[in-house]
Amino acid sequence: MTVVTDSTTTAGMRTPRRRKPLATRAYKVFRVVALIVVVLFLLAPLFWMLLASLKTNVDIYDTAKAVVFSPTFENYANVLQRNNYFVFIFNSFWVAFVSTALSIVLGVPAAYAMSRFTMHRSALVVLMARVIPGVSLLVPWYYVFSNLRMVGSFEVLILSHMFVALPLIVYIMMSYFDSLPLELEESAEVDGLTPIGAFRRITLPLAVAGIATAGILSFIFSWNNFMFALVLSGSKTKTLPVAIFDFVSYASIDWGGLMAAATVVTIPIMIIALFTQKYIVSGLTAGATKG
Amino acid sequence: MSVLNPPRSAGTRKASGRKGAGGSFSAWANRHRKWLFAAPAMIFVGVLIIFPLAWTLYLSLTDSQGSVRAATDFIGFKNYLTVLTDLERFWPAVGRTLSFTGLALAFEVVLGMGIALLLWRPFRGEKWVRVAILLPLVATPVAVGMMWRLIFDPNIGFANQLLGAIGIPPQPWLSGQDTALGTTIFMDVWQWTPMVVLILLAGLTSLSDEPDEAARVDGANAFQRFFFITLPLMMPTVIVAILLRGIDALKTFDILYATKGKGGGSFHEVETLNVYAYGLSFDYNQYGLSSAVLILFFMIIIGIMWLLTMRKKAVTK
Repeated sequence: MTVVTDSTTTAGMRTPRRRKPLATRAYKVFRVVALIVVVLFLLAPLFWMLLASLKTNVDIYDTAKAVVFSPTFENYANVLQRNNYFVFIFNSFWVAFVSTALSIVLGVPAAYAMSRFTMHRSALVVLMARVIPGVSLLVPWYYVFSNLRMVGSFEVLILSHMFVALPLIVYIMMSYFDSLPLELEESAEVDGLTPIGAFRRITLPLAVAGIATAGILSFIFSWNNFMFALVLSGSKTKTLPVAIFDFVSYASIDWGGLMAAATVVTIPIMIIALFTQKYIVSGLTAGATKG
Repeated sequence: MSVLNPPRSAGTRKASGRKGAGGSFSAWANRHRKWLFAAPAMIFVGVLIIFPLAWTLYLSLTDSQGSVRAATDFIGFKNYLTVLTDLERFWPAVGRTLSFTGLALAFEVVLGMGIALLLWRPFRGEKWVRVAILLPLVATPVAVGMMWRLIFDPNIGFANQLLGAIGIPPQPWLSGQDTALGTTIFMDVWQWTPMVVLILLAGLTSLSDEPDEAARVDGANAFQRFFFITLPLMMPTVIVAILLRGIDALKTFDILYATKGKGGGSFHEVETLNVYAYGLSFDYNQYGLSSAVLILFFMIIIGIMWLLTMRKKAVTK
């Protein structure tokens, strides 16, 4: 029985698709060519960065050796050993991880309340944070935290990154909770769970995918954040983007080292993105098609 | 039914019994769960966002500068007057912010729509194209800025090699007074068109096939179907994409500061409002003045958002 219904539904879905490629052969060729151009346009710069990170500075200046050269890992060795990059990598990871975890703890219950009790005005206040330019908060933060002698500490950096993470998580989780049916909680309450118990045992487990989505995106945004760390991090808490920026403050640029550093900061996040592609896409497009 | 009933009522009784036994706290927590759940996040937002914003508003009315600990005087709207009559830095920065955002958005939406249409129907190798679309999106903007700095280097950059190969003379790119802003727009388009693609693709996939089919049966060609069927149906999603991307584009800082440094370059070629305000605050410590710039900037953002939301409402109707 199930087999029969299954085959009819797939057939029913495929028929219009199969009819669609009435599109001529010319369009098919055009589409393939266009897609190749798009992929090249998006990937070539990253590939170029990777190539340059494997070249000596002499080879980078030699345009004849654009693609053919003898690769070296010298730049990576220099960057990782001499410049304390392992410390920066740890700092970036720690700040991103803690700010994401705290934002989930604060943001998920808040998103739930805002979704279930339709607290539109409160939601608007939280979402305002996505609109405010970060610089306008940096001055007061800097003022307060430097008076408390806390500039350069992990706590301040994590708090500042939560300014990005929390609204993002509330935004994504609100649209996720909106899509979860209310009936499940109602029947759980009828079966004797308290409302908070129903949230903890029924809704929260169902929302794990949503929380993963929000958490991954928040981690990426925190990892990539530059401006807050530029002002609020100290020598011990410097994150990777700031470390890369410091690379170019000298007169002549060590291109090979710079590209190795840039590769080191982008590779981890790209690997995470490859494995969590589905979540990232659903998070970035959350609420976009609701009208 | 009668078999099902007893355990259920027993369960209810048990729960209410537990409520009593668990003390009034559990009952109180359940009754006030709305605010209990929302309060921590709201307090965070209040302390770290609303309060600093109010402080910025206050600072914009003072002559605060130099050290953050220095005493300040209340000077009313003088900062706003200074900023609004500043034809050298402020107004050009407004112009650059709007042209950066406007041009980047225009390219991103048109290209994004084109790419989304290419990806709309399934094809072989779709997975790989999706990966290619995701990578620029998640790359660290500062690293992206450094990457383009090398590619657009006038002497050793790949961009000029490429131009040379097809016989076009080398361009100054980022180091040119007239070309720098355009080059940064190009970088923004590279990194963020994928974002627009993802949003528009989500919109396209949620469209019903029927209107398109009907138009096809009526003999409409691909262009007619796009402009008269798909595009009007997609308008709400397009406006959401413009709204989301536009807010971030207005606030662009990382790639501008990473490629041109303080003040948006020696001639302020890429100095947008965000870069200008950052420079006033943290390179020149003019807190009062920078706060006035920020409040004005914030009002510009709110104004643009309001206009777009109105437009979206009109379209959705």
